[in-house]
Amino acid sequence: MTDTLNNQEATMSKTLYERIGGEAAVNAAVELFYRKVLNDYRINRFFDDSDMDKQIAKQKAFFTMAFGGPNNYTGRDMRNAHAPLVKMGLDNFHFDAVMEHLGATLTELNVPADLIDEAAAIAESARKDVLGK
Amino acid sequence: MVKLMIEEKAYSCQPNETVLDALLREHVNISYACKKGTCHSCMVRSPNAIPPEAAQAGLKNTLKNHNYFLACLCHPEQDMIIKLPDQSEFYTEGTVVVNEMLNRNTLLLIIAFKDAFEFSAGQFVNLQRADGLTRSYSIANTPQESNTLEFHIRRLPGGRFSEWLHDEIMVGDTVAVSEPRGHCFYLPERSEQGLLLVGTGTGLAPLAGILTDALALGHSGPIYLFHGSREVEDLYQIDEMRQLAKQHQHFHYIPCLSGKHVPEGFSHGRVNEVALASFADLKDWRVFLCGHPEMVNQMKKMTFLKGASMKDIYADAFLVTPT
Repeated sequence: MTDTLNNQEATMSKTLYERIGGEAAVNAAVELFYRKVLNDYRINRFFDDSDMDKQIAKQKAFFTMAFGGPNNYTGRDMRNAHAPLVKMGLDNFHFDAVMEHLGATLTELNVPADLIDEAAAIAESARKDVLGK
Repeated sequence: MVKLMIEEKAYSCQPNETVLDALLREHVNISYACKKGTCHSCMVRSPNAIPPEAAQAGLKNTLKNHNYFLACLCHPEQDMIIKLPDQSEFYTEGTVVVNEMLNRNTLLLIIAFKDAFEFSAGQFVNLQRADGLTRSYSIANTPQESNTLEFHIRRLPGGRFSEWLHDEIMVGDTVAVSEPRGHCFYLPERSEQGLLLVGTGTGLAPLAGILTDALALGHSGPIYLFHGSREVEDLYQIDEMRQLAKQHQHFHYIPCLSGKHVPEGFSHGRVNEVALASFADLKDWRVFLCGHPEMVNQMKKMTFLKGASMKDIYADAFLVTPT
């Protein structure tokens, strides 16, 4: 029943992911975002994986999620994936910094403010899981 | 229903299954993690079938070109032979035809084969001694140059394999050579793009192959090769590279020395620092990095921060096997 309702909604209004430009928008955003993050001394240690290709893939998954695109991440996935970072001290301060770069990246790409707000709200909804709270 | 072949064994892939689903159901030992195309743990290759586009999303062009794909994203459209990354390799016997020193510690080894050896310039192979001792070495030539492979072998103090090659191997001896591997090679696309090649020591080997290939395929954009070591005695093929730079206006060769003694014609400093200082911006450049793992990792990040796109940064770090 819920599925039917969701499907109806989807056909009636396009998803944020579609309105924002789909995979092409994700691709454009990922590298801009990752450069900002690596240049930010507050948080770059959490992203300093020696395998940059894997990092880029992770950022791509992040943007797909923030745009409400096709993903099946659960709260538990989020918790498990970020647990090692929480051990390293990941907290609200760092989460806020990432939110800041998300907004700046989308602004730089001329995404309309209301869509940026929608993406920020989706990312914000993962805060508790990401921080293991 | 589609058939998947791994080492002579056939597995069926049901219509709604991915390749990963099917192989896991059949208890094939394949590494995987996220099942969402993010982690790339389940990347495999098909030697005979072009994978569906969706299964190659996010992979580098050189990987796509060699039919690599993500098993978790692949709904196969046809029967496929599949090679798992850790699958035992096929070795070909070759004969040593050249065995001479390039400088005080680097050996030029050329191995000839009966039949054509298929590879892309810049890839590497495993060389294997009769007792099974195996090491990876980059190929320094291009496939156009007859049925041979050229290697630059640095003598590592206490390195069993390099010492064997330096001290014992002679012209006429045979060496077993694996299939080529690695995705650090030149593809003839966007030929007006700038190419930045940075290597330390025998990192010159794959870069020389990539350079020769790019020039032969008519690359028209600027090409910069930075080759570094501490002392001038540890560089090699300096004259050949200078000669190439004379012949090709758009090719620039910058040998770098990090030690105290720097003769005229050489840049002073670490090769990565000299290279980075030479460019204000690397947007739209294609970057190849080979050699010392720390240099390679550092440069991946720095060239990315200078504007190169991740999909345009190719690297093979030399991992030295503990002896």
